[in-house]
Amino acid sequence: MGEIFGMPVQVLMGQLAIGLINGSFYALLSLGLAIIFGLLNVINFAHGAQYMLGAFVAWMLLHYLGIGYWPALLLAPLIVGAIGILMERFMIRKLYHVDHVYGLLLTFGIALILQGLFLNMFGVSGQRYPTPDALRGMVDLGFMFLPIYRGWVIVASLAVCLLTWFIIEKTKLGAYLRAATENPELVRAFGINVPVLITLTYGAGVALAAFAGVMAAPVYQVSPIMGAEIIIVVFAVVVIGGMGSLLGAIVAGFGLGLVEGLTRVFYPEASSVVIFLVMAIVLLLKPSGLFGQAR
Amino acid sequence: MMRIALFVALVILAIIAPFFVYPVFLMKVFVFALFASAFNLLLGYAGLLSFGHAAFFGTGSYITAHALKVWGFPFEMGLLAGVVASTALGVLFGLIAVRRLGIYFAMITLALAQMMYFVYLQAPFTGGEDGIQSVPRGTLLGLVDLRSDLNLYYVVLAISLAGIFCIYRIVKSPFGQVLRSIGQNPDRSVSLGYSISTYKLAVYIMSAAFSGLAGALLVVVFQLASLDEVNWHMSGEVVLMTLVGGVGTLLGPIVGAAVIVTLQNYLAEVGQWVLVIQGSIFVIIVLAFRKGIVGELSDPESWLRTTLRRVGMRSPGPGPSARPGEAVDLGQARQPVRSGD
Amino acid sequence: MGIELMTDQLLRVENLHARYGESKVLHGLSFSVDRGEVVTLLGRNGAGKTSTLRALMGILPTRDGSILFDGKEIIGLPSNRIARLGMGYVPEERGIFGSLTVAENLVLPPVVRSGAMSLDEIYTLFPNIKERSKSRGTHLSGGEQQMLAMARILRTGAHFLLLDEPTEGLAPIIVHAIADVIKALKARGATILLVEQNFRFASTVADRHYVVEDGRIIDQLANDEIKMNPEKIESYLGIEVEHRRKEASHG
Repeated sequence: MGEIFGMPVQVLMGQLAIGLINGSFYALLSLGLAIIFGLLNVINFAHGAQYMLGAFVAWMLLHYLGIGYWPALLLAPLIVGAIGILMERFMIRKLYHVDHVYGLLLTFGIALILQGLFLNMFGVSGQRYPTPDALRGMVDLGFMFLPIYRGWVIVASLAVCLLTWFIIEKTKLGAYLRAATENPELVRAFGINVPVLITLTYGAGVALAAFAGVMAAPVYQVSPIMGAEIIIVVFAVVVIGGMGSLLGAIVAGFGLGLVEGLTRVFYPEASSVVIFLVMAIVLLLKPSGLFGQAR
Repeated sequence: MMRIALFVALVILAIIAPFFVYPVFLMKVFVFALFASAFNLLLGYAGLLSFGHAAFFGTGSYITAHALKVWGFPFEMGLLAGVVASTALGVLFGLIAVRRLGIYFAMITLALAQMMYFVYLQAPFTGGEDGIQSVPRGTLLGLVDLRSDLNLYYVVLAISLAGIFCIYRIVKSPFGQVLRSIGQNPDRSVSLGYSISTYKLAVYIMSAAFSGLAGALLVVVFQLASLDEVNWHMSGEVVLMTLVGGVGTLLGPIVGAAVIVTLQNYLAEVGQWVLVIQGSIFVIIVLAFRKGIVGELSDPESWLRTTLRRVGMRSPGPGPSARPGEAVDLGQARQPVRSGD
Repeated sequence: MGIELMTDQLLRVENLHARYGESKVLHGLSFSVDRGEVVTLLGRNGAGKTSTLRALMGILPTRDGSILFDGKEIIGLPSNRIARLGMGYVPEERGIFGSLTVAENLVLPPVVRSGAMSLDEIYTLFPNIKERSKSRGTHLSGGEQQMLAMARILRTGAHFLLLDEPTEGLAPIIVHAIADVIKALKARGATILLVEQNFRFASTVADRHYVVEDGRIIDQLANDEIKMNPEKIESYLGIEVEHRRKEASHG
């Protein structure tokens, strides 16, 4: 086999594939954050905890009810999204009239509570979630063997991201969302129930996080701390992509996953900080982020 | 006047306290009181929510620990090394972060601090998961042996109070006045011709310096520098202390630090429930008591007003008026006290 | 149906109070608009005209008094419910969404009543909108944005239109076009409440005028009066006064 920059192709490609998988989760999570932020003006700190919740709901469905991966892929986002809707209705809503940082602090508190509850129930060590039968095994790409499940994660995440983008940019529902992001008062005066739209949007963003959690369950261990680890990286991804830009969230998500993968090949010591470094550089060069509008 | 009298009373109480309470516990309270006061300088007066203050706290503790243990610095120089390092980091982060406001600022500072966490996790001198252990305390000016908890107590008390007093002076200075006007009404401050970024950068660096001092002191007290001090969780804790005590008040961070440190002491056995309890405190404070303990107690009028409004009576007299379009619906209005964007 | 027999009022406002946060902006406003009428609210800047429209539409949440619309009390309703009763709002800043195309802007508000204008009718009335349907809403000129904002409401079938300073900042030729649109709407049976500073424009389209000052109605004028006696309205609007002040400051 050949080499690229002194690296065996398989090693390089393997790391790039892992980078794309991480990137899938970054993209799904930052997309949800961006949608929520656009309409609610709230940075949803609980997003990581909701991602973790998605993975655990899938795990619990399997272990307590015997419900497998495919139904869980639909059920877990619905369940966690419904929990999110309750959170919005009874807590987050009360903070729309005060400074936006309170939304961040509230959701941070919620994240701590969720993480603490699951640590009590399950401890720090992760639970294993089996790969669904249909997606076991490897596929030979010629230059490398790719586990089928990992390929599925990349394809399905990309599809869900693009579908979400399409709904928001190209449909009537998306037009309501974009308009309400600009001027909620006026959209409501046109006869649209904006408070319900806001609640459903939060629920949808949370459901995206839970979907990512289910996708992640067979890849990583299902662990109470999986959300806290990823959410800070996702914040950096969102800042790099440009707050409020959906395309920015998707592109930055996958792109930074790749950057992280490449770093792991060439300079592994820096792989855990490279995204933060990129963020610092982007902020110095273009403070509004790669795809963001100055504001 | 009342506040100064109260403050003096508290100082006297602090002097006799170690004869009744475990000094190490008290020192921890003072260290965190200083840390929270430094944090409050930023949030309470300039309206900037930093979610990454652990970076400065941890830098102060790691550099001081290394200076005392490996370089053999005397106590004073060890502290200074920690403060200088955290100040330098403050300059660096400040240049990156202060251009973005509000929640962006919070996210960026959190991410930068997380980067420092990984740096300290991997850097050869920090001892990774073990941290830097058995850091020597040394002596004060070569005279006072700090191995005695009681001796150290008074030194830590004096330094913490001096730090808090400095912060108080900063708040009361003309510089502090400008800061407050920036925090409350950024648009007006622009028209008054202040360079907001410069002021914000300055206060961010000051806050970093005092946070570093607190981290340095913590190392001397516990003779240990560890990843706990640079973890995002530490950044959250200092936010919690300040919120609980009262954002934008002098005594608030001190009270908040005392409450949270005490709570941690009692909750040491309940394990992960600490997270649940801390999270619940966050939720309750943010939803119901945004002024914190000191804020609610020292402002009886406002307390009364909110209570009156809750039972459905309109309070008479003029109040803070919002501009058209602000108080209406989605997140347009500002809290009169601290504004983050 | 007693109310309908007694009067042909579409809107009856009594003792309307409203506030922004803690500051009161409307202090007991009372007026009415008959079915098929075009009525203007005249007044100086800050008199409470825009606030009146926003209170009617339910955008100002803290309001008090009585608003009977089509025989139904709407003071307690949220703005989305009020819109569904057939009240359409064109705000002063026009409210064209920059993240939506012209076509998306046009069809954004849901149809609330039968008898709404079809897209074909709208494109006949506003030919520019069709040409530019793929552009971003905010890439239109000010006049085109105003046309779009009005067209958007016509498509919903709202039969009571609140227009806030539709001529503000527009060239005379566009002001003429807007006057034509308003006349066409009136001919179709729409009822219009118009906020205007430009009373010359108002007098070309309106049947009656209310004068608003300090959040109250201080006078009511028929359109003939305004044409016969422009000084009176000028003094209400402070035009003379400002004129003199300017002269004084020059001298």
